[in-house]
Amino acid sequence: MAGAAVLGRLTWQLCEVAELVEETPQVKTLVLGAPDWPGHRAGQHVDVRLTAEDGYQAQRSYSIASAPEEGRLALTVERLADGEVSPYLADVLVVGDKLELRGPIGGYFVWDGEEGGPVLLVGGGSGVVPLMAMARHHAALGNGTPMRLLYSAKRLDDVIYRKELEELAARGDGFEAFFTLTRDQPEGWQGFGRRVDRALLAKVGWPAADDPHAFVCGPTGFVEAVASALVESGLSPGRIKTERFGPTGG
Amino acid sequence: MQDMRLDGNAAAGDLEQIFAFEVTTAIGTCANCGAVGAVGGTNVYAQAPGIVVRCPACEGVLIRVAHDGDSRYWLEMTGVRSLEVRR
Repeated sequence: MAGAAVLGRLTWQLCEVAELVEETPQVKTLVLGAPDWPGHRAGQHVDVRLTAEDGYQAQRSYSIASAPEEGRLALTVERLADGEVSPYLADVLVVGDKLELRGPIGGYFVWDGEEGGPVLLVGGGSGVVPLMAMARHHAALGNGTPMRLLYSAKRLDDVIYRKELEELAARGDGFEAFFTLTRDQPEGWQGFGRRVDRALLAKVGWPAADDPHAFVCGPTGFVEAVASALVESGLSPGRIKTERFGPTGG
Repeated sequence: MQDMRLDGNAAAGDLEQIFAFEVTTAIGTCANCGAVGAVGGTNVYAQAPGIVVRCPACEGVLIRVAHDGDSRYWLEMTGVRSLEVRR
């Protein structure tokens, strides 16, 4: 065992940026080459660490967007104007650069697909990223689990993965996607145009009697409002998993 | 403060670095109020020099983690009465 990594302990590893995909003007997907990647579960995240020349370090968590089956590691990053890390990841990083990360991390906000019962995914802004991993995992599994995504964004231009989500929903394998635009709705918009509240959740989600699993991810205020509304509508709190990101997400 | 609040998922990397197993699914009991729940469902404040994990029921401090950015971590868990780990 001499020289072997300590069993199970997270370690930082260097990954090379293999591809950059512009999802929206503010959001990029980083596809990373990670030769020692042990694989991950849908909903897990990684920690990314940047080190300045003077040794100053900044560390942030980013959700994994790719499905476990894809054999690649994709992170989707939203550029926050006053952020310390995200502007670097979104603007400065080029293909071939190296990035220090550790993961996969987490086991709480995870959907493996064997839990049974319908699934409700509720995402606010870039909170859709770990939910996208779940939607992609759902498509790869192909077991027909009923899964609905309610995705709230400010404007249509801010919607990440829109084309792919519509394609996934068109497969007819149990996945449905609903969009709500809270600030601007383009002419002829067929989706919702309001904040996520109890009434909208009742329209899109599953009745409490179906005992659905719910995954809610987004900014702290969004997550807490949605989780409270779900509890008020009778969902079991133990079935509601939340993941918040705040200003430190930058 | 509400907008600064994260959850146990945000502390998962540092906790796993210390414990060497996935911690967010472990079930903790709050020493202050007795509430029981998964570490992933706690409230986390990461703006301090370290990370402060608080009980979502009573906001009592459960765990504090600090590290020197190199090889040392400090862990204080007097707010956790017990931790149930499933492996």
